[in-house]
Amino acid sequence: MESKLGLMEYATVREIRGPLVIIENTRNIGYEELVEVIGPEGESRLGRVIEAAEEYAVVQVFEGTTGLSISDTRVRAVGRTLEVPVSIEMLGRVFDGVGNPIDGLPAPIPEDFWDVNGAPINPYMRDYPTDFIQTGLSVIDGMNTLVRGQKLPIFSGSGLPHNLMAAQIARQARILGKEEEFAVILAAIGVKHDEAVFFKQSLEATGAFKRSALFLNLAEDPVIERIVTPRIALTLAEYLAFEHDMHVLVILTDMTNYCEALRELSAAREEVPSRKGYPGYMYTDLASIYERAGRIRGKRGSITQMPILTMPGDDMTHPIPDLTGYITEGQIVLSRELYRKGIYPPVDVLKSLSRLMKDGIGKGRTRGDHADVARQLYAAYARAREVRSLATIIGEASLSPIDRKYLEFGDLFEEKFLRQGEYEERDIFETLDLAWGILSTLPEEELTRIHREYIEKYYQRKEEKVE
Amino acid sequence: MSKIKGVITWASGPVVKAKGMLGVKMHELVEVGDERLIGEVIRIEGDMAIIQVYEYTTGIRPGERVYATGRPLSVMLGPGLIGNIYDGIQRPLEVIARKVGPFFRRGVRADPLPFHKKWHFKPLVKAGVKVEAGDIICEVQETGLITHRIMIPPNVRGTLKEMVPEGEYTVLDTIAVVEHEGTEIEVKMYQEWPVRIPRPFIKRLEPTEPLITGTRVIDTFFPMAKGGTAAVPGGFGTGKTVLLHQIASWSDARVVIYIGCGERGNEMTEVLIKFPELKDPYSGRPLMERTILIANTSNMPVIAREASIYTGVTLAEYYRDMGYDVLVVADSTSRWAEAIREIAGRLEEMPAEEGYPSYLPSRLAEFYERAGRVLALGNPERTGSLTIIGAVSPPGGDFTEPVTTHTLRFVRVFWGLDTELAYSRHYPAINWITSYSAYVDTIEEWWDRNVNRAWRAYRDEAMRILARENELKEHVRLLGPEALPEKEKLVMLTARILREGFLQQDAFDEIDTYCSVEKQFKLLKTIIDFHREAERLIERGVPFHRIRELKIIERLMRIKEEIPNDQTYKIEGFREEVINQLRATFEGVRTVGV
Ligand SMILES: Nc1ncnc2c1ncn2[C@@H]1O[C@H](COP(=O)(O)OP(=O)(O)O)[C@@H](O)[C@H]1O
Ligand SMILES: [Mg+2]
Repeated sequence: MESKLGLMEYATVREIRGPLVIIENTRNIGYEELVEVIGPEGESRLGRVIEAAEEYAVVQVFEGTTGLSISDTRVRAVGRTLEVPVSIEMLGRVFDGVGNPIDGLPAPIPEDFWDVNGAPINPYMRDYPTDFIQTGLSVIDGMNTLVRGQKLPIFSGSGLPHNLMAAQIARQARILGKEEEFAVILAAIGVKHDEAVFFKQSLEATGAFKRSALFLNLAEDPVIERIVTPRIALTLAEYLAFEHDMHVLVILTDMTNYCEALRELSAAREEVPSRKGYPGYMYTDLASIYERAGRIRGKRGSITQMPILTMPGDDMTHPIPDLTGYITEGQIVLSRELYRKGIYPPVDVLKSLSRLMKDGIGKGRTRGDHADVARQLYAAYARAREVRSLATIIGEASLSPIDRKYLEFGDLFEEKFLRQGEYEERDIFETLDLAWGILSTLPEEELTRIHREYIEKYYQRKEEKVE
Repeated sequence: MSKIKGVITWASGPVVKAKGMLGVKMHELVEVGDERLIGEVIRIEGDMAIIQVYEYTTGIRPGERVYATGRPLSVMLGPGLIGNIYDGIQRPLEVIARKVGPFFRRGVRADPLPFHKKWHFKPLVKAGVKVEAGDIICEVQETGLITHRIMIPPNVRGTLKEMVPEGEYTVLDTIAVVEHEGTEIEVKMYQEWPVRIPRPFIKRLEPTEPLITGTRVIDTFFPMAKGGTAAVPGGFGTGKTVLLHQIASWSDARVVIYIGCGERGNEMTEVLIKFPELKDPYSGRPLMERTILIANTSNMPVIAREASIYTGVTLAEYYRDMGYDVLVVADSTSRWAEAIREIAGRLEEMPAEEGYPSYLPSRLAEFYERAGRVLALGNPERTGSLTIIGAVSPPGGDFTEPVTTHTLRFVRVFWGLDTELAYSRHYPAINWITSYSAYVDTIEEWWDRNVNRAWRAYRDEAMRILARENELKEHVRLLGPEALPEKEKLVMLTARILREGFLQQDAFDEIDTYCSVEKQFKLLKTIIDFHREAERLIERGVPFHRIRELKIIERLMRIKEEIPNDQTYKIEGFREEVINQLRATFEGVRTVGV
């Protein structure tokens, strides 16, 4: 049947299986095309063709198939892929997981329609990210520096304060000495209602809300919708960054829920699973989200991504954190042990990494000694942790004097450097000075990772410290 | 273009099926759909061809056409390759960017070589001579570093009937005509070669020379040979990419092909930005003058990842045939294996291990088999080498997974990256206990001749000290470091100096990023001589703590970052100072006597 708009409509549903609808006798439906699935009550849901054959098409229904029946369901081919309206007026607004406004205000007037899948950036046209973002958190700025255009996830565990951290970063993030247009976009994927409210209030508290857009797929919302939520958020981010020169921070939480939706879809398609039932193409699928961060030559804006995921069973080798870590430019890993000790932010620095740090720091960007200080903090804290476990076996008394110094260093590091208030903002120089304070409790000869010139300049010798 | 035209009947992901394809050949290149996307036939069932598509298939509809081309997936080989960045099927990314802007679009075509550029051409042979495959007939200065030797293509021989004089020509110009049994073949500056078929040579030769990388733990402990194979497995963040960047930057290969296969876009950008600025330590010329990049990043179409490995290796073989030492680094071969798995899955093939098809090992073997030092075809007689170094990205950092285990069957060098070392920021995080190189004996003679005859003895002693430390660690864990005998305390100390002062090498330190072989040897000698002397002193009654308290130990650990490659004589002076200070600890011990 042909509709008024010349669109093909089919009432030939053969099968409904999980989130999938299979229709027969199709013609002219393309792979990845958008369709409208019209249920018995006449309500319309969005779907996407995931298999297009001569005689049939398999459609994945974003809002789920609950309530659909074979006899009363019709499918209308739209003749294009999923495009979403984008506009600068979407800032300051709240949307559901597929982009409908849910804040009671009228839909913003679209300035353009963009494909939700975006298009891969030609690596030849990327600009290498080097602008230091000060988050005000010592552990990030000092040791795992974030730069503009980076994708740096938080690997968390259930119940750990990743939301507090992400909100603090969204509040405090700034570029030294510059005032530029920025925006924050939150894609909430399968999160609880109170988490979404927390983010909204936290943005409102600093007045950042009018520069933000929230896309909420809540825990009770359809699972398959989660496949599109991050993509819609990123499409708006691309529009703002590359058409309106804005620096956009995109927070995606919780990517574990996204991956579970992907697994559910894969199971419905009866695909050969890879590790833990997740599809073999999950790496590629995640890359199609995470690689949408970055900078482009000749454009002023940027997209910085901070995906958050909860590691099932706190296991970093689980496919979700594992594949994420293989794609993102580092990771901030939270530790349950530090959390239990009452330390905020409970970052396990040894497992954390920022791959883009090296080009964002140093003379002219932060300070000349920054890289050395970070190297030394890592090495010394690693040694402190080793000594700590040694001490539990042989007892503190049997440690050598130098090992005892390291033990002390480890505690100072956690209590003075790592620990920080939720509203405490330290600038990078405070952070580095703090680091020198604790490094100076170690004998000078131990600081082999720091160039001599910086030791001469910043190391606090005993006599000085007394004053 | 062949006459075969089919019709799409099914499309999902990167795979389409088309009927009406009778006569099409396996691995034939086809153009798919209205946008004429590039695809390759990977299975034939009656008149149905199953096609993998090298571009995103979004919007493809059953009923659209498929056109056979009659040719297999091939690359175009000729001057203009060096300095370029290509995607997995040899489309130059710069040209694509100029055509469609910063974001990729489907169906874009671009010439692999600059067709309009004129090259200054110098003939080396005269018309009238007999030529056979591989003969070098002329030279073109491709970059400041590379003289491009134009060869008679592998399947051509006969009498050189015509040869153009010295002058400026494009790659499309006919530069020579070869006559064979009455047929005339036009020879141009470029030739084409199917990527899945290795280029021929006369015979394989044993690798004898090391590939010097400037990374100490590699050159001194687990050396690579020119024409050899190595794998670098490691979980994320353990340093695979940085290591490959380092090797691509500083190794003494003449041509480097860097394949970014299914990894980050920014990592390719980094190479693109830095290589034109970095200088080749051997010639002082920009590194980009010897480098070709193949980029198929993780967000680009999966299937082109599979092709990118073959494309890269074929370009490498071509320069090997000219008589160059060529290095291929592939980051990461796991993404290539996953692309193979994805296609196998879509074809519903029986999976063997973890979803990988049963032919995974044979694909890996075929790939690494394309490495080697060879006697090339044609005159003048010449040898060339192709070295392959592949990163492996095991899920969860677990080296027992199929790609890692099978790769290790086919490579001779294993640099195992260790998560714990990376966590404590010991870089390069190559585990010195588990890693190995089968080339140590092969290349020993080179070090004897070119650096120092004592190289092997020093190297082996350092390895013994590190191995001993590893055994003693268990003791220390149970009883504490103070419970060890004096001599073993010294082993622990020297091992620490070796770790911090020799094995660790910061890729981003201006001085230490590249370490010459002379400097490597002198650093090692200084540390081992320290150890030998200290051991002697302990035997003669000097208490260990006196040695440990020496201020010079701290300098032993940082001397690598203080003395640049062109001042290694200073290390000799430093060594004397170390020995003198050590001997001074003997003062006052004399009376105790032994
Ligand atoms: N030789 C090195 N010197 C200094 N830092 C290094 C070195 N190797 C690795 N790193 C650090 O480790 C990070 C991760 O390395 P990378 O090579 O990207 O890991 P992988 O490719 O294994 O995921 C780098 O961003 C860098 O900070
Ligand atoms: Mg890498």
